Amino acid sequence: MTRNKSRWINISFQFAAILLALLFTTIILLFSGAPPLQAYANIINGSIGSLKKFSDVLVAWVPLLLTTTGLLVTFTAGLWNIGIEGQITLGAIFTTGLLRLFQDSGLPPGLILILAMLAGMLGGALWASLAGALKTFGGVNEIFGGLGLNFVATALTLWLIFGPWKRPGIGSMSGTEPFPNHLWLPMISGTRLSIWAVIIGIIALAVIYIVLRGSYFGLRLKAVGKNIRSSFLIGIPTSRYMMSAFILCGALAGLAGAVQVTAVYHRLIPSISSGYGYLGLLVAMLINYKALLVIPVSLFFAALNIGSIQLPIILKLDSTLSGVLQGALVLFFLMMDGVRQRVLRKAER
Amino acid sequence: MHVELIGIHKYFGNVHASDDIHMTIPSGAIHAILGENGAGKSTLMKVLSGFIQADQGEIRLDGKPVIIHSPADAIHHGIGMLHQDPLDFPPMKVIDNFLVGSPGKPIPNRKNVIRSLEELQKEFDFTIDLNAYMDTLTVGERQQLEILRLLWLGAQVLILDEPTTGISAPQKVKLFDTLRILAGQGKTVIFVSHKLEDVESLCTKVSVLRRGKLVGEVEPPFDIDELVTMMFGKVVSLGKRAVVEQGQAILELKHFSVEDYRMRLSEVDLQVHAGEVIGLAGMEGSGQLLFLQTCAGIHRPITGQLMLNNQDLTGKSYHTFVNLGVRYVPASRMEEGLIPGLSLTEHFVLAGEQTKPFVDWAASEKTADERIVEFNIHGKPTTMVEDLSGGNQQRALLALLRTPLSLILMEHPTRGLDVESSIYIWSKLKERCRQGSAILFISADLDEILHYSDRILVFYSGKVSPPLNAMETTVDQLGQLIGGKGWPSTGSWQPAEAG
Repeated sequence: MTRNKSRWINISFQFAAILLALLFTTIILLFSGAPPLQAYANIINGSIGSLKKFSDVLVAWVPLLLTTTGLLVTFTAGLWNIGIEGQITLGAIFTTGLLRLFQDSGLPPGLILILAMLAGMLGGALWASLAGALKTFGGVNEIFGGLGLNFVATALTLWLIFGPWKRPGIGSMSGTEPFPNHLWLPMISGTRLSIWAVIIGIIALAVIYIVLRGSYFGLRLKAVGKNIRSSFLIGIPTSRYMMSAFILCGALAGLAGAVQVTAVYHRLIPSISSGYGYLGLLVAMLINYKALLVIPVSLFFAALNIGSIQLPIILKLDSTLSGVLQGALVLFFLMMDGVRQRVLRKAER
Repeated sequence: MHVELIGIHKYFGNVHASDDIHMTIPSGAIHAILGENGAGKSTLMKVLSGFIQADQGEIRLDGKPVIIHSPADAIHHGIGMLHQDPLDFPPMKVIDNFLVGSPGKPIPNRKNVIRSLEELQKEFDFTIDLNAYMDTLTVGERQQLEILRLLWLGAQVLILDEPTTGISAPQKVKLFDTLRILAGQGKTVIFVSHKLEDVESLCTKVSVLRRGKLVGEVEPPFDIDELVTMMFGKVVSLGKRAVVEQGQAILELKHFSVEDYRMRLSEVDLQVHAGEVIGLAGMEGSGQLLFLQTCAGIHRPITGQLMLNNQDLTGKSYHTFVNLGVRYVPASRMEEGLIPGLSLTEHFVLAGEQTKPFVDWAASEKTADERIVEFNIHGKPTTMVEDLSGGNQQRALLALLRTPLSLILMEHPTRGLDVESSIYIWSKLKERCRQGSAILFISADLDEILHYSDRILVFYSGKVSPPLNAMETTVDQLGQLIGGKGWPSTGSWQPAEAG
């Protein structure tokens, strides 16, 4: 079979997956008695209907971009870093902690913000190294370890919000006391978007792309992910590489948490990770771990999230419809890939 | 039950694993299937027990043609197979284990089952506590239990795959008694083995397989020499023996003992010199792999010392071994040697030295191209390793070895390769010897062992022979030692018996 032909087969299967996902979501909408076309129109309008709305999409895009980028590293090493939600949370906690520590110190705000970002990366990396240590030294599958640590991270956030860091007077689910304006990442006027956050996200992706593609480190990580036994026997210190993958991913997740605190919420809130870790897992699976596809696909997913915010108001639909569509997309993509491989194998016989 | 195999053929890709096998095994027989590793014993038994289906041929039970679709189907027809490693569920109780594999109602009647089991136990004089947990049982007891289970399910034909591996001597006696009782009851026992002494003392007939073909059937009294010749075939000419000058000691083992859950190799003393090749002979699972991997630093010896170039490496990590010039080349090329999904170039980069943080891909591709030409690999630098043929994968593995190396440890260096590729691989390995490397290798091919080794260690059931001079050893002697013949029963080894 020629390369060109098999490429066209791939594309047609992927196209079929998108159609099936849309069909599936449409059926769900029909069952819940909502007009599907109007719902889709609302999502499109709600995400790219105006410049303001699109800037909101970008606000959601940055943390998703960061988490997906981080997950590229762990997936390359063959690891399922489900614990990424907790790593975002710990990043947010460390950032909040540092901001609280220095907000009255008189240091220049720019410096405090840089330190806050670094603290976030440290927090995420530490939390990830826990999951990594459990995996490499304790023999605990990273999925179980990570999931457990996610719950611990949530509990830790709640304890801080209602305990040591509670608002003057009484703690509330709305989070800690907001930070003063000068400790916010500067925003483009008229929007909630910080250009700095976007720059951080793109730099992170670029760095990871270059490292994975061109460095010895990236190649060894790939080898570990594809065959850990051969890699070990060929002389790669596999435990060290798996730990590094966790720490790198955790640092990027922590950075996402730091962005959530400094650029979006300006305080610590209970669900600070906003599900960007899980959504990042979906994006990473959908793009089959290809770094260049991170930008468009995570942008699309962010647009779905923002676009469906209006649904409850207009159509009395829950805004989780975007989640249904995102999940369906990934499922049908994976399924069609399986079907494609079966068909091709049969054709070969 | 009267078992007939008529014209059984089975192919795996290009390998003809069963080649027109005709065999008749009457009830009451204890019939041995003898052959070296890869001779096709397991394939044939898997066909009979329903694990795989023959591509051609017929199975008749008591004269009736049957088609066996699955192991469950086989037991339905009265054929039960006892696997080399017991297939059970260690964290469960014996009785629950039993019920798991039994067909029938959703809620089993425990009491009835226990009663019929106890009756069966009495028949064979077994004493297994049915309420014990599986993992407290010995391998021998688990085997007994498996026999009970198969009989309880109504097996008329029992297939035993290497049943004497890993059980104690008294348990072996017990097992043989049991099998004789079963044969006396008119059941058919098929005994798959490579152990000549077991076959000799137990079986009523032997079928010898070699390279998928049935090469002969023998009845007692058995002539061991004849069986060895049938198992291993005639000597193929491999060309002139290459003689390499030997240098200083590279590897030194002193009172070296290694152990895994199955066996223990005690007190090995060995000195290997630069340029020397040591062949490790023995049936698969006789301890040679454990020995080789311990020399590679993958396992740690339980006692004794391992010196490499006069440096004590006992207990050091595998990476220390690698950094000091030891390289282990495993037999399962795609599982342990190469990395599917990576190209040849990427492999050469991984195996080479790192000088900068980033890979110079253009230069690496050029190096890869040179190695590909040098090692005669049919592929391009961008070829993924899984797309190479077996021989090319093996040459690629060799091409990955760094220069210089002190010690090369190879597991089946030429298994599955044609003669031409094998000769090529060995010419490359001998080149390494001339450069001062020492080589230890495992092989199931006696000609390969005799032809390329300077000295030979024979492994049998956890015992290690002293080094034998390869020039003074014959195929027959080696074959007998591998089959457990000619070992001193007690006391120290006397080389005269082997040589």
